[in-house]
Amino acid sequence: MPPRTLFEKIWQAHVVAAPEGRSALLYIDLHLVHEVTSPQAFDGLRANGRPVRQPLRTVATVDHNIPTTPRGLPITDPIAAKQIEALQKNCREFGVPLFDIDSAEQGIVHVIGPELGITLPGMTIVCGDSHTSTHGAFGSLAFGIGTSEVEHVLATQCLPQRKPKTMKIRVSGKLAEGVTSKDLALGIIGRIGTDGATGYVIEYAGDGVRELSMEARMTLCNMSIEAGARAGLIAPDETTFAYVNGRRFAPKGKEWEAALAYWRTLASDPGAEFDRVIEIDAASLAPFVTWGTNPGMVVPVTARVPEFKSFAQEADRRAAEQALAYMGLNPGTLIETIAVDRVFIGSCTNSRIEDLRAAARVAKGQHVNPRVRAMVVPGSQAIKREAEEEGLHRIFLDAGFEWRESGCSMCLGMNPDILQPGERCASTSNRNFEGRQGRGGRTHLVSPMMAAAAAIAGHFTDIRNWKYE
Amino acid sequence: MQPFRKHTGVLVPLDKVNVDTDQIIPKQFLKRIERTGFGEFLFYDWRFSGDKKNGDFVLDAPRYARASILVAGKNFGCGSSREHAVWALADFGFRVIIASSFADIFANNSLKNGLLTVRLSEEQAAEIMRLSKEIESYQLTVDLEALRVEDGQGFAATFAMDEFSRRCLLNGLDDIGLTLEHEAQIAAYEAEHPVRAEMKTILMR
Repeated sequence: MPPRTLFEKIWQAHVVAAPEGRSALLYIDLHLVHEVTSPQAFDGLRANGRPVRQPLRTVATVDHNIPTTPRGLPITDPIAAKQIEALQKNCREFGVPLFDIDSAEQGIVHVIGPELGITLPGMTIVCGDSHTSTHGAFGSLAFGIGTSEVEHVLATQCLPQRKPKTMKIRVSGKLAEGVTSKDLALGIIGRIGTDGATGYVIEYAGDGVRELSMEARMTLCNMSIEAGARAGLIAPDETTFAYVNGRRFAPKGKEWEAALAYWRTLASDPGAEFDRVIEIDAASLAPFVTWGTNPGMVVPVTARVPEFKSFAQEADRRAAEQALAYMGLNPGTLIETIAVDRVFIGSCTNSRIEDLRAAARVAKGQHVNPRVRAMVVPGSQAIKREAEEEGLHRIFLDAGFEWRESGCSMCLGMNPDILQPGERCASTSNRNFEGRQGRGGRTHLVSPMMAAAAAIAGHFTDIRNWKYE
Repeated sequence: MQPFRKHTGVLVPLDKVNVDTDQIIPKQFLKRIERTGFGEFLFYDWRFSGDKKNGDFVLDAPRYARASILVAGKNFGCGSSREHAVWALADFGFRVIIASSFADIFANNSLKNGLLTVRLSEEQAAEIMRLSKEIESYQLTVDLEALRVEDGQGFAATFAMDEFSRRCLLNGLDDIGLTLEHEAQIAAYEAEHPVRAEMKTILMR
């Protein structure tokens, strides 16, 4: 057999049928479901009299539109409440396990899959959410789908798929102190653009990736979609196995040993060919800050907002003009002089325990600038409990950050956590699109440490110069 | 699904690159649990101030009032996987979107809803964008059987589409039905890969 990529191995292991003249039919090991992209899919099942084929390969939670205020309070948005009730009813009717709003396991769908040991290496994983690419950090093929495809997977546990191309991003060297995998992701997107990986599955490889913790790998894979990629994945290794081992739904005993033996085969073979290869020197990267209205509009914190004449393409120059008009910024402005009104630490990109520890290290003994409102939203109830056991919430609260309940929150502002028109936010989320965090809101994407530092300084500042207590 | 064979309609130019699905249908409209009724909220934040229409957005110009084909810049439909974006475009009356590239998930979602995404070269897309601004009621005919776009006044281009997707669109096929034709193979795969013991405990909480 010719040498195969990791992607190819997972793909081949899941092809149920390859009918002549049609796309291959791929088996889906795990289908994650949330309240926003599923109600119409369940309606479709009902209309056609179809059951959920594999309820135990389906896991649901509520995350997108739930409030992050204390759990006992009522949901004040009646339409959001109706959507949550629809998921509860659908899960009951179709026998799908649901980690509901009052559950100790509730959290952002891409946070709880890994932390419960439901996400495992070698799996195919889908969810009606583009950031499903997060799970690729475990060496699984994980991608976002639309609601029609959600219905398709609920009904058949399969998905017809055109085979994507493969891209290898080889990261050499080590990220400097204060530079995180969020900065690595933003650096990659800044280089290849928001459509640089459209049609591709990315494999992140190289010693710069091996060095990363699972949390950092999840952040990197999470942002793959922001480069347009179908999925992003990392071959599992000892770091992966140590993370998975002992988690609640992970294999145990003899099954663990068997799984481990299989997972160790999940790496691209030497000599395996990729359609495209990109080299990144991790040591050369600085902390990044986006200046525009997509994640590719990004510069190092030490840089300035680009001049219009720096864009070679007319369409890109016009896009930059529109972006800066929306963002209320001028070309040539030093990033470190940009003041922020709001800070959001959270989202499926950066709400895990390691992210909170990093932000807390920056915040310890400091005070949020009086002009800034800053909130920390843990990715899950489990992370919230863990952080509280470590006393991180005390550090945040003492510094003047809000400490909230888990959910997607201000990443997409479907719940009451939104920016007001014109407000400028340093956000650890994944999208700085116009209006994403609230109509007229201005989002700058950064790492958790950079966000915490901006909250305290009141403007962006290079975390590499931070004086820790 | 509504089949797509051939469509002639007025072209409206949306001269922007990287139009993301947050712009196509902003989040405040994603809480509906139906597939219908999204059209009036299409490009809401660009078309409305508060809840009043600005009137200066291209879709609201009287000359494009009957438009059923949209041409936009590269990487159309990037970002969120929300199929609501496709529902909004289709509900508004669009049958075809033309661009030099589309985000993967958006293109898949379009296919499932009988909304045709046509990829032309950047030059061709720019050409029809220009023509649609210059010529009043500029019309295109998009022929999926012939994989051809033309205006009857000199512009013509061919486009590519994978054969299976094309056949599904032409015939309005229910692809869940097609997948279920493989019941025996799916069942055999499941017999070989049973649900893990730990996952069986997930309902016993």
